[in-house]
Amino acid sequence: MRLGLVIDLDVCVGCHACAVACKEWNASGTTGPLSDYQPYGAEPSGVWFNRIRHYEVGEYPDSKTVNFPMSCMHCEDADCVTVCPTGASYKRTGDGIVLVDQNRCMGCNYCAWACPYGARELDRSSGTMKKCTLCVDRIYDQALPVEERQPACVLTCPAHARMFGDLDDPQSAVSMAVRERGGYQLLPELGYNPTNHYLPPRKHKPIPTGEVVYGAWAKVKKLVNRVVKR
Amino acid sequence: MHPAFSVIFFTVASGTGFGLFVLLYMADLFRLGGGLPAHASALTGLLAVALVGGGLLSSTFHLANPKNAWRAFTRWRTSWLAREGVFAVAFFPFALAYIALAWFDAARDVRLMLGFFACVLAWATLFSTGMIYACLKTIRQWNTPLVPAAYLVLGHFSGAMLLLVVTLAVGASSTAYESLVMALLLAAAVLKATYYFWVGRPYGSTINTATGFTRARVRLLDTGHTHDTFLTREFGFRVGSAQRFWLKAAFFLFAVAVPAAMLTQGQALSLGAGLGAAVSAILGMGVERWLFFAEARHVVNLFHGAQRT
Repeated sequence: MRLGLVIDLDVCVGCHACAVACKEWNASGTTGPLSDYQPYGAEPSGVWFNRIRHYEVGEYPDSKTVNFPMSCMHCEDADCVTVCPTGASYKRTGDGIVLVDQNRCMGCNYCAWACPYGARELDRSSGTMKKCTLCVDRIYDQALPVEERQPACVLTCPAHARMFGDLDDPQSAVSMAVRERGGYQLLPELGYNPTNHYLPPRKHKPIPTGEVVYGAWAKVKKLVNRVVKR
Repeated sequence: MHPAFSVIFFTVASGTGFGLFVLLYMADLFRLGGGLPAHASALTGLLAVALVGGGLLSSTFHLANPKNAWRAFTRWRTSWLAREGVFAVAFFPFALAYIALAWFDAARDVRLMLGFFACVLAWATLFSTGMIYACLKTIRQWNTPLVPAAYLVLGHFSGAMLLLVVTLAVGASSTAYESLVMALLLAAAVLKATYYFWVGRPYGSTINTATGFTRARVRLLDTGHTHDTFLTREFGFRVGSAQRFWLKAAFFLFAVAVPAAMLTQGQALSLGAGLGAAVSAILGMGVERWLFFAEARHVVNLFHGAQRT
């Protein structure tokens, strides 16, 4: 099994609901709390497992805004695990989830240096490294209804831009979405082989934004407006 | 990368300590300049061990959770950081035994054997220190074999400067030691010049490969956070190209030009001049180490709007 997320960049509206739901669930989860520094002060900052950035792709008028949520990619070749000197960082053999054992971490930041995706953040209050757990304390919880055994970010996404599943199973919904929509990995040249995939925006006919072309009726209205003074 | 003072001090101090110990051993092995007096040799060894120990101690200051530091020795099979710790700690018993025998000028064969093992461990530690940085695929300025090479050569160079000061202080013949310093100085200068040339040209990942949009220009609109984050504090450090140029110039001035000028002035080197050259070299090396961290650009900066690293 290779559990991970597939994120649809075509429909992500950039509302940050996934990040908020993640923070809410994980603040009291296995690696919680996710400390905030000056949450109501002048310089609010804190630990988040999920961050959303916004980009403009292409040049105006042929441009598009792309909202880009990023969390741990649960890489197959996770250097964050290899470089960890204490053994606090580990990758589960059963489902491929990368986790940090909070009781072993010494807070040296080395795993964060090794991660190209910025998925790891040091919590200053506990002095340990924290990261996305893929809601490991939700997805196997037998007390929850089957449809709720998914990461908090996936459940909350109002645009259904996030999918959770087994990327190893070619018949899973996530694998099929990756196949059909041309899903891709980030920074493939670094060779981390991330599990999470991104679905590119669909190709749409461009909406004309330059010179407005007037139809026959609009031309008549323009003429009347010129003749009749109001 | 954010240049943390504790790590800069650690790498310079322990590098100098290991270099000093290795060259002290070589001087003993080959009886360079007739060899150093026994007590001076042992005290120099203690200085080397103190530099290594002080450096290692300071490296724990940047840990956020030092109570788990003892666990850092466990993953030596995969982690260069763990290997560095294991080799560094294994160095101490051999080095201290060597120093004890050097103090009494006793059992030369056993002493040289113990010293040899300490030297191998010193080299292994210096190499591991370099590999901690060189193994990171995320930072192209570090991901080069020139990095462990530079850690080895610069450590030996600053160690040789201190050893030269010792020979001048005890009044031993310093000609051989001056040649040693000049050779290592030249190697350090060539290595760092090659390194600066190599990392000066942009290559590798761009904002396009980071986001997957490789057929159009990609521009950051919003990072999604109102103030700084762990990522911007740790990786967002920037140093301007003009400042980079002057810092490189400062390295070549203090670590290369000044010691070279003092050693080649034509008359016998005084203790004051030797000490001045050593201080200048180690100052230059501090500048070099600061720049090594400051100009390293982590790929996560691409997601924060950098077009390339």
